[in-house]
Amino acid sequence: MDAILFFLFAAIAVVSAINVVVQRHPISSALSLVGVMGSLAVLYLLLGAEFIAAAQMIVYAGAIMVLFVFVIMLLNTGAEQSSRKGKVLTIVAMPLLVIFLGVVSYIIQRGFPDSPLVKFGEFTGGGPKDVGMALFTRYLLPFEVTSVLILIAIIGAVVLARKEME
Amino acid sequence: MNPDLTSILGNFYVLTLIKLALVAFVLLTALAYLQWIERKVIAHIQLRVGPTRVGPHGLLQPLADTIKLLTKEDLVPAHVNKFFYVLAPMMAVFFALSAIAVIPFGPKINIFGIETYMQLSDLNIGLLYLLALSGMGVYGIALAGWSSNNKYSLIGGLRSSAQMISYELPLALAIASPLLLAGSLSLREIAESQAGFMLGFIPRWSIFQMPAPQILAFVLFMIAGFAETNRVPFDLPEAENELVAGFHTEYSSMKFASFFMAEYANMVTLCSVATLLFLGGWYPLVPAPVDGFIPPLLLWAGGAMLIFHGLQPARKWDKYTMPAFGAVFLLAGFAFLIPFLQPVLVPLFWFVSKVGILLFLFIWVRATLPRFRYDQLMRFAWAFMFPVSVVHLFATALLVALLK
Repeated sequence: MDAILFFLFAAIAVVSAINVVVQRHPISSALSLVGVMGSLAVLYLLLGAEFIAAAQMIVYAGAIMVLFVFVIMLLNTGAEQSSRKGKVLTIVAMPLLVIFLGVVSYIIQRGFPDSPLVKFGEFTGGGPKDVGMALFTRYLLPFEVTSVLILIAIIGAVVLARKEME
Repeated sequence: MNPDLTSILGNFYVLTLIKLALVAFVLLTALAYLQWIERKVIAHIQLRVGPTRVGPHGLLQPLADTIKLLTKEDLVPAHVNKFFYVLAPMMAVFFALSAIAVIPFGPKINIFGIETYMQLSDLNIGLLYLLALSGMGVYGIALAGWSSNNKYSLIGGLRSSAQMISYELPLALAIASPLLLAGSLSLREIAESQAGFMLGFIPRWSIFQMPAPQILAFVLFMIAGFAETNRVPFDLPEAENELVAGFHTEYSSMKFASFFMAEYANMVTLCSVATLLFLGGWYPLVPAPVDGFIPPLLLWAGGAMLIFHGLQPARKWDKYTMPAFGAVFLLAGFAFLIPFLQPVLVPLFWFVSKVGILLFLFIWVRATLPRFRYDQLMRFAWAFMFPVSVVHLFATALLVALLK
């Protein structure tokens, strides 16, 4: 059952990810990205990381992507025209992609040569309590540093976006 | 009962399917009748009578509406983006109805030797699941507005997404403070943490619970909830005097009905969550021996009143319909006295009546308050709701840390 669900949602994730690039219309691309995030959340659930799955849905799919869709709707952008100039790129892109994937899988294989396969249902420390304990005890410093970083980004965005005072 | 049958029914999948069918049936019927109740209540507040023609007191009106909506022509305008136009109502209704899966209606019960919870599934991230679903629900409305390819619909969709994102923050912050008292994200554990009484008579519901009574959080949650469900006074996305009908202008037939169903389902979910978080879920208002007698007494009082009205009929059919409903009420009251049904019905009564009172509040507000202006709506969210809920969360955290 777990394996079936894994392959189903992994397939959905991959297809949606390809769809993000293939679709001409920005709304279709954005919604395919939501599809990727949703199926990734299901994969997290299968691995036993409930909290991460819920956070993925709330933060990425539910908030950030809604803002993406909102901005696309606000600008009311139409479908993109394909610029017919990229023939060379199309020819070169495929081999480059294959080489890239090869290199990445080689590095992973060399980096972790004898790591065991993941078993579904084995990991149980993904509940909100475990994540909270880990964040606020062992990883407190990285957690706080990240939040300060995000705060800086927010202030920066506000400063950049606001109009010049006269 | 036959032991074979017990073991079959006790099987996890069979039991879940039975519960699923039961909950789905009750929920969908309740949604249809919520529409009838809303029309009746608003009518009476505005000194009208509301639906009366179909069935006694218009009670068959939801059925007639359903048949009408099902058989109407499903019109797809030529200028819409077809794929998203069809997808949007599906998304809205799917995410709205899925929320019921984690809502507990009562404690563990024992029927024919089968022990089960009155809940479809208890997630340890139940509340986060609900927040995720409400976040995803925005897509249904936003996409409906955009794919209709109509400027009024587009503005409705835009307003709705901006409004739902803005009010999600105070909503989540208002949820966070009772969580500090309960110490769990599972809705069942949150409700169970509110069992019992303080000083023997004050229920330990979150809104009363020491050291940090959550009355303010409850009010903030309900206000943000009105905005999340796009109800008056926050129904800007479908403001009929500015935007025709907002995001669902171009929809007809069942697609139109799905948006309505989604709105009502969201209302029911929201009221259930408010009940579970703040009003003690299925735990009664009064201590143990009395709590089981209140439901039959209330039902009998209602039944007696109906029969009394039937004896002095104001309208032609009242002398038949009123006593008939009164008899149903009396019988329902007696059902609460059967010891075998009591552990199921009494918690269910308390849960349903709390949800019902909150739903009545939604309808009451709709009949009373005018609509916000859009800039007022946004300023209210960011300049009032957000700071107040942050301060309230800090105050609760401080009190819990110091006194608990």
